[in-house]
Amino acid sequence: MAEKMDEETVAKVKGILLPWKGKRGNLIMALLRVQEALGYVPWEAMEIASVELNVPMARIYSVVTFYNYFKLKTPGKVVVMVCDGTACHIQGSPALVEAFEKQLGVKSGETTSDGLFYLQVVRCLGCCGLAPVVVVNGKTYRTVAGEDVAKIIAEWRAAMG
Amino acid sequence: MVKLKIDNMEIDVPAGTTILEAARRVKVDIPSLCYHRDLNPRAACGICVVKNKGKTLRSCCTAVEEGMDITTRDPELIETRRTILKLVLSNHPSECLTCIRNDNCELRRLAATFGLREVPFDDITPSLKDRPIDTSTDCIHIDSRKCILCGRCVEACQVMQKIHALTYLDRGIKSRVGVAGGLPLGDSPCVRCGQCTAHCPTGALTEEDHSEQVWALLQNPDNHMVVQIAPAVRVALGEEFGLPVGTLVTGKIYTALRNMGFKVVFDTNFGADMTIMEEATEFVKRFTNRICLPMVTSCCPAWVNYMEKYFPDMIPHFSTCKSPHQMVGVLAKTYYAQKAGIDPAKMKVISIMPCTAKKMEITLPDMKSSGYQDVDYVLTTRELARMIKQAGIEFTKLDDGVADSPLGEYSGAGTVFGYTGGVMIAALRTAHFLITGKEMAEEDLEIKPILGIDKGVKEMTMRIDGSEIRIAVAHGIGHIAEVLERVRAALAKGAEPPYHFVEVMTCPGGCVGGGGQPCEVTDEVRIARANGLRQDDKQSKKRCSHQNANIQKVYKDFLGAPNGEKAHHLLHTHYTARPLYKK
Amino acid sequence: MVELSAEQIAKLKALGATQKETLVKMGDDFKKEREKDAACIYTCNATGCRSGGSVSVIDAFRDALAAAGLSDRVRMVGTGCMGLCASGPLARVEIKGREPFLYKQVTPDLAQIIVAQHIAPALKDAAAPLNLSKKLAGHELSLKLPFFTKQTKIVLKHLGHSDPENLGEYIANGGYRALMKALEMKPADVIDIVKKSGLRGRGGAGFSTGLKWEMLAKSAPVGGEKFVICNGDEGDPGAYMDSCILGGGSHAVLEGMMIAAYATGATSGWFYIRAEYPLALERMELAIRQAKKYGILGRNIFGSDFNFMADLRYGAGAFVCGEETALMASLEGNRGTPRPRPPFPTEKGLFDKPSVINNVETLATVPAIILGGADWYNAIGTATSKGTKVFALTGKVLHSGLVEVPFGTTIGEMVNDIGGGTSTGKKFKAVQTGGPSGGVIPASEFRMPLCYEELKKIGSIMGSGGMIVMDESDSMVEIAKFYLEFTVEESCGKCTPCRIGGYQMLRLLKKIASGKGTRADMDKIRDIAAAMQRGSLCGLGQTAPNPVISTMKFFADEYDALLNKGRKG
Ligand SMILES: Cc1cc2nc3c(=O)[nH]c(=O)nc-3n(C[C@H](O)[C@H](O)[C@H](O)COP(=O)(O)O)c2cc1C
Ligand code: SF4
Ligand code: SF4
Ligand code: SF4
Ligand code: SF4
Ligand code: SF4
Ligand code: SF4
Ligand code: SF4
Ligand code: SF4
Ligand code: FES
Ligand code: FES
Ligand code: FES
Repeated sequence: MAEKMDEETVAKVKGILLPWKGKRGNLIMALLRVQEALGYVPWEAMEIASVELNVPMARIYSVVTFYNYFKLKTPGKVVVMVCDGTACHIQGSPALVEAFEKQLGVKSGETTSDGLFYLQVVRCLGCCGLAPVVVVNGKTYRTVAGEDVAKIIAEWRAAMG
Repeated sequence: MVKLKIDNMEIDVPAGTTILEAARRVKVDIPSLCYHRDLNPRAACGICVVKNKGKTLRSCCTAVEEGMDITTRDPELIETRRTILKLVLSNHPSECLTCIRNDNCELRRLAATFGLREVPFDDITPSLKDRPIDTSTDCIHIDSRKCILCGRCVEACQVMQKIHALTYLDRGIKSRVGVAGGLPLGDSPCVRCGQCTAHCPTGALTEEDHSEQVWALLQNPDNHMVVQIAPAVRVALGEEFGLPVGTLVTGKIYTALRNMGFKVVFDTNFGADMTIMEEATEFVKRFTNRICLPMVTSCCPAWVNYMEKYFPDMIPHFSTCKSPHQMVGVLAKTYYAQKAGIDPAKMKVISIMPCTAKKMEITLPDMKSSGYQDVDYVLTTRELARMIKQAGIEFTKLDDGVADSPLGEYSGAGTVFGYTGGVMIAALRTAHFLITGKEMAEEDLEIKPILGIDKGVKEMTMRIDGSEIRIAVAHGIGHIAEVLERVRAALAKGAEPPYHFVEVMTCPGGCVGGGGQPCEVTDEVRIARANGLRQDDKQSKKRCSHQNANIQKVYKDFLGAPNGEKAHHLLHTHYTARPLYKK
Repeated sequence: MVELSAEQIAKLKALGATQKETLVKMGDDFKKEREKDAACIYTCNATGCRSGGSVSVIDAFRDALAAAGLSDRVRMVGTGCMGLCASGPLARVEIKGREPFLYKQVTPDLAQIIVAQHIAPALKDAAAPLNLSKKLAGHELSLKLPFFTKQTKIVLKHLGHSDPENLGEYIANGGYRALMKALEMKPADVIDIVKKSGLRGRGGAGFSTGLKWEMLAKSAPVGGEKFVICNGDEGDPGAYMDSCILGGGSHAVLEGMMIAAYATGATSGWFYIRAEYPLALERMELAIRQAKKYGILGRNIFGSDFNFMADLRYGAGAFVCGEETALMASLEGNRGTPRPRPPFPTEKGLFDKPSVINNVETLATVPAIILGGADWYNAIGTATSKGTKVFALTGKVLHSGLVEVPFGTTIGEMVNDIGGGTSTGKKFKAVQTGGPSGGVIPASEFRMPLCYEELKKIGSIMGSGGMIVMDESDSMVEIAKFYLEFTVEESCGKCTPCRIGGYQMLRLLKKIASGKGTRADMDKIRDIAAAMQRGSLCGLGQTAPNPVISTMKFFADEYDALLNKGRKG
């Protein structure tokens, strides 16, 4: 399954976990930090967390599969978040989701076969006044229309070389 | 005491009682599905809803309060329950006809009680197609399609046993019970104790059924069929035939087994006596020479597996003795085979056990000392009950039979193995004799401080001939870590170990509460079964293993001395450290 | 914990008193500074406007001011949300002696022009008339719009008007005065004020905050601990009030929490904020750091006997974690699955210790009540719903944004006046309140005043304050389906009625929406709804049918049309 983690990454993970040792309510925080650093939460990182934070793997895994925020696989280099919260939905986000799915050839939660794009449909990005909203690697696109989708994809494809 | 009204009946119950339990006292059985008296309520199904002054709440997990006015049935409540049950059924395969649990499934029973005649919602089970049955342990099967997510197994595995093999995965409609990483159970920390199977209300978690294989062996006349029954089986099997909990049915089981076609009926209790000879000898040796103390018992294979996974540093502390049924197995295929002039290749040994873990134990590499697999199949109490029914045997009407010689005779010490503290009691009876050369006084034979199930870890100091033996007895594997940590800490400091002798049984109550025993176990059931065994002990003419004449004979004719070379070769084993997860 | 000697305590008290003085001085210093400024540019630096580029707008303003040599005279402030997010980035220019002026859709280029054409001339000659180019004038957003004039801002008062990262400014605006005042009162009296104010929880259920505090005050600490938890999970899609309050007024929320703690005897506090709100998290983290640094958090706060610490944890994306028992499970590092109540959190809460959980907006309101008094607050609103409520007004409405109005404001006033009518020119059809737990209110009911009771009566709920406006082109069946899809996705899966009931209901609804449904399917939906409402363990499942049931009630014709379609086809 997962590739063996190199020593440097193991040390990095341990470093991230260190300040959370022995703190109450540390598990989710520590895992979020690991994901921040590695882009996802690999199995081996969970094993390390299990030892370092003294939490059974069963709990870690059940937590990681419960919360939407956690990723178990490396996402693509470009994370496309399409908001389908109520405000965006009303303003036409379903069409955007469809357009992204069609043009990227993946469903929400999947990465394109070239590993470039990761598509994620999210519920509200907290800027509903600008609906519908798309956020790509942190860059916000407001009042996005169907025809913008191809442009956004092209822009990021170019940016990634 | 708390005063309340249930369906207009006034009742006083102790504070902390749940509404559901309180209702049972006024003979109102509120339907429930996820609730199990043995476990913390998870409040998952919603079937048990009642109203308190119009407000709906769950009766299985809500404690009574002064002045409550509970309605357990009204049209709204009944409709709610019926709809919930219909929803459950819409997501459950209709496979009752071929389901291993069809004669005691709580879901099937509830559907029958509710008199549902149709499920008006879409059958959504096709979405469960991608959930293959997990058979990876060869002991426990998980058929996640039949799971109703009551959570009992997780509660049993994580909270009661503190193993954390089973857990919840995903959420919403995709929620399921499984192993971290979606791994097969066989690659998980699971110790095969089977507590999950004993608590599951449905056919989702079950023992691996070997009855077909055993029937096939029985039908082949070339096979010399040998069977043995474990101590705890004789006080539990009766429940499957409507007898009161704890009824001792040893003789009926012997007869039933013969009627099923077994040629030779031995008793694991003989093996228990043999184990005591070996283990008490080993203990006296290690105690007097202070070698690797504490010594811990090794007759529970789930416990062995636990230690190999969680505390591999404790391996040297294990007694090297095999478990009783393995001793009977190897002696059957060597000593008895020679004596009776039977080709061991044609001999098949079947063990009837309260235990699912024993199904794994028989396949371990060391369990082939006879040159063959010493025990061919393990059947749980539940499997035996089903086979007796299949054979059309009217169990309750059977006459008492007797076991065969030489591996059938047993002492009272052999039978007490089946409950927590029993192995220790049996061992101390013989250790006392080995150390002092004198028998224990009759009234001391039941060592009271280590009897009982109210404490997970029982401790005492025993004086034999001036030396003090510090003892701990743990049952329910969830309690053992604290004992081991204590030992670890003392050893790490180079201090005197806190104990000399430790008994561990993985299942709460010991094997009487085993994972292969009839379902719906509670503490009352465990106690009743244990009392059945105590009665068996008390009515035995000989109550110590070393007094068992056949044991002495086997040593004299065949094995030599306890812990001698031959005994070591046949009756002892080795342990291996194992990873928690294989990935 | 180490017991302190009398001497140490005396020292801590003295230190606390000094810290109080330092803070007061910090506020005064800030005020003096502010007086000196000739002008101020407030640029919204909240999530919405940041995504529109407000960070570079702020930079552009700074550069332009420097180039014009005005850096010393004009203060540049990045603020919390100003409210009219749809028109952002917003920038308000306030020049002494002149009316404030608001710009919308500001770009860096425009920022330069604003400095050159508007600010520089006005500062050169106080009497100079405002002479804006056509381009600039086109970016004016009138402050006389009902959107601004019809609001009553208590919680949002300083949001668009101050730098959330500047503690001095918070204090200059009256910050931490309420805490200082409370610390001089008896805890029971603090609870009394909150009770009398009529404040009800803004997280959705509207339970009396004072009563809830009283329950916690009565619980004995366990292991010496009791907790106050701030619920900043805000999972309702399309609602972002708490995000903005946390991002723009983090100190007010912290102050509210501390007052709650003092009143209830709580020993420490936890913020639970969803990971999807980076700005809110950053600002809250900063507020806690600042408070620790200045002795606002710590021992013997302001020389009193009150000790308090606060910590922050992230939510990781699960709507159900807004439910209080699920939230606690999540804080403890578990799956966010609810558990039955009783026991209530005030008896057995986080880490099994007595805890009270309050919503962000609830806590942010508390300092104002302590300072303004119960009578002042109680006079705002309706008979049973007191004070103001923040709404996220979104959907097909012209002025989409964050608004705060007194309870009792009608829906019509909200959408027509404050919202400025539809954004599409089509007719209004309905508004939806309460998010996935709420229901729809048809346009025919727009005279209805917004308050807890009225909303409940019509089959919706107040919820946390999401208000989605729909016009005649929107399909109500689609809306119901949207919400149900959301709750099915977000169901924790623990209990049967919600897990399977929601899923089956959604299948039926999809069938109906596709024109293949029958009357019997409608009945099945009603059966499932009843079972979910009565049999679900938590509010999510209990209320998940609401959007479906309420649209079935008010827009039966739309369902009928779909059913008939099936019959003909
Ligand atoms: C499914 C569900 C989601 C909830 N989400 C939130 C939320 O996001 N924020 C919130 O403050 N309260 C939420 N609540 C309400 C809380 O359970 C709780 O009542 C509230 O935080 C109490 O604070 P208050 O008394 O200040 O309103 C939610 C409740 C349910 C059942
Ligand atoms: S688990 Fe129960 S209901 Fe399901 S198929 Fe088996 S017997 Fe029938
Ligand atoms: S119960 Fe019904 S379905 Fe099952 S075997 Fe009997 S008749 Fe057939
Ligand atoms: S057999 Fe025991 S350890 Fe294995 S999953 Fe079941 S309860 Fe857990
Ligand atoms: S496997 Fe059995 S015990 Fe476990 S949750 Fe499913 S139905 Fe319940
Ligand atoms: S320990 Fe349990 S399974 Fe083993 S012989 Fe004794 S009763 Fe049987
Ligand atoms: S206690 Fe007995 S039944 Fe349970 S696992 Fe051990 S040997 Fe098996
Ligand atoms: S509230 Fe307005 S000014 Fe503030 S960030 Fe949002 S859009 Fe910009
Ligand atoms: S109602 Fe839904 S969200 Fe709430 S506990 Fe039940 S399954 Fe979970
Ligand atoms: S609904 Fe899309 S940003 Fe809020
Ligand atoms: S029996 Fe009470 S909720 Fe299942
Ligand atoms: S964040 Fe945009 S105005 Fe509120």
